[in-house]
Amino acid sequence: MIFRTFKKDELKKLVEILAAHNRIVGPVEAGRDKHGSPIYAFNEVSDFNSIRLNYTTTKLPAKRYFLPFQEDLSSFRTEGGGWQKIIDYNADKPLIFFGLHPCDINALNKLDKVLMHSVYPMPYYAAKRKNMFIIGVECIPQTFCFCRSMGADTALHGFDMFITDLGNKYFVEILTDTAYNFLKSIRTEEPEEKDHVLYMKAVAERNKKFTTRVDTTDLAKILDMEFQSDVWKHWGEICLSCGTCSNVCPTCYCYGVEETVDLDLKGARKTKTLHSCNLIDFAEVAGGHNFRPERHSRLKYRYYHKHRGFVEAFEESLCVGCGRCGESCLAGINVPEVIASVRGGKIKK
Amino acid sequence: MKTKESDTKTYLGMPLYRPKVGFFEFSSCEGCQLQIVNNESTLLDFLSLVEVVSFREAMTEKSDDYEIAFIEGSITRDDEVKRLKRIRKNAKILVALGSCACFGGVNQLKNRFKNLNWVKKEVYGRHPVDTEPVRAVEDVVKVDLKIYGCPVKKEEVEKSVLHIALGKSIEIPKYPVCMECKANENICLFDLGELCLGPVTRAGCNSWCPNSRAGCWGCRGPADDANVEYMKKIMKEKGFSEEAILERLECFGGFADFLKRKK
Ligand code: SF4
Ligand code: SF4
Ligand code: SF4
Ligand code: SF4
Ligand code: SF4
Repeated sequence: MIFRTFKKDELKKLVEILAAHNRIVGPVEAGRDKHGSPIYAFNEVSDFNSIRLNYTTTKLPAKRYFLPFQEDLSSFRTEGGGWQKIIDYNADKPLIFFGLHPCDINALNKLDKVLMHSVYPMPYYAAKRKNMFIIGVECIPQTFCFCRSMGADTALHGFDMFITDLGNKYFVEILTDTAYNFLKSIRTEEPEEKDHVLYMKAVAERNKKFTTRVDTTDLAKILDMEFQSDVWKHWGEICLSCGTCSNVCPTCYCYGVEETVDLDLKGARKTKTLHSCNLIDFAEVAGGHNFRPERHSRLKYRYYHKHRGFVEAFEESLCVGCGRCGESCLAGINVPEVIASVRGGKIKK
Repeated sequence: MKTKESDTKTYLGMPLYRPKVGFFEFSSCEGCQLQIVNNESTLLDFLSLVEVVSFREAMTEKSDDYEIAFIEGSITRDDEVKRLKRIRKNAKILVALGSCACFGGVNQLKNRFKNLNWVKKEVYGRHPVDTEPVRAVEDVVKVDLKIYGCPVKKEEVEKSVLHIALGKSIEIPKYPVCMECKANENICLFDLGELCLGPVTRAGCNSWCPNSRAGCWGCRGPADDANVEYMKKIMKEKGFSEEAILERLECFGGFADFLKRKK
């Protein structure tokens, strides 16, 4: 890893240089909620001033750029005597992600394990992922964030460069030669000892801001033991089976594939649509049998995939602790409370 | 040999079933039928999949020889009951088209009034009509397929007919509107301090209303396993009045089974 620092006004220059030849995705303000607080979203940006680098957490991750909610996997058309097959990975141009937080970078690293480095890689994901240039940025922990408990509060890889605010300048970690070359176009400096001190101070300040914790000690084992626990029934009673938790989760990747015949009967397409294990038909099979007709069992399996199944397969949790699912759940179901209830064997009123 | 091109529809060389269909309107605004003829780019393809023998919205000829009957509208008069029963006898497949046919739709709001005579006088003044409490089609005859929505989404109608022609099963979403709303990356109406029935309403409209920052009114009726009871509680906790919540749940009739209005 190479470290540099650069003055704050150099950042605008860097973004403008990048934007001249590339599409940039960054955090923007999508609106204001009823209290007047900004609602953030990842969007394509062309103007540096519309990027909100000090954003809290976006409601949704940047998922639509690497795991779109819906995409055509393949299609065909019959014309004249012949036919044509169309397979498009929908990753035509490189994308620069400007301002991903450590949790979202770690989410990508986890997805990579399943969708890129497993026995059956998914080319639609891999093509988009390989076309990403990522500039990470340090965050301000929110009350709902528990990434530190999940070991996802710092990103060690999965980005090209990562910037941290040191007050009047940025500290930058450089992981790839692409990033190194881009940085040649602005003025950067070799960090001095005092910059190292400032960096460590910034990190310590940030660490103090984590207020929500999840005890993950032996969690996979405990989940195994508490499979029949009554607490699941409680969460099932209040769950709306709406799928929002999966849709806002940066690591949920489940999907269904449907074939649609064109209305003119000259072609058809296979379309992939993200699904959620909380939806009523998630475990419904041909013939109509549903393996998980009960809300609580579906909700339970969402937690089992994140905190048990994935841990057994990859020795880490599939949850990065971004807190988005709990923030968006209208029923107020959130990871820290669910895990605490399983550990404690009761619902805290 | 002379055959019309439309008579020999095939998909990948396999001949297709080309059903004779009729569209019939009952008490409704005819908005659902309008949806179907609305899309000129796909209308011809759609109409060539079937043989339309009765469709007032698009043609004048009428026939009683049909296999699939699309019923639009709710049932609110005695003569409608007779007509509907006759159609049921003629049709192999009877489809309830739209919220009025599926649940009574907006029309069923009048059932809230105990005294229908007063309602008649208010609405029709000195030209009284014969009207009874509104019923959904399935409360009168057997319904084989329901296509939800107020109005229906033409893509869903087109796909259903296509699947009948292809002999494929018809899949209508079982999960709620939130799923599509999040996929469309809308700001949640509750964050804006507004009501929305998206978490309990059947998806399939591609979150039509939240896409324009308007809360869902539940026109497609409840999703499978909708947690209406807890949703009511959530809405109340978020500060919405019982009246406002009831008004929404009552609007299209789909949630009738979940409502017990205090008299
Ligand atoms: S946990 Fe919450 S967000 Fe997830 S399905 Fe249940 S109600 Fe919806
Ligand atoms: S499960 Fe919830 S907290 Fe964990 S990564 Fe997904 S959205 Fe974030
Ligand atoms: S099983 Fe559930 S928790 Fe796991 S990735 Fe799929 S939707 Fe997400
Ligand atoms: S706006 Fe309505 S449909 Fe959309 S996520 Fe919120 S509750 Fe669900
Ligand atoms: S959002 Fe709700 S009210 Fe609007 S079309 Fe869809 S189901 Fe009907």
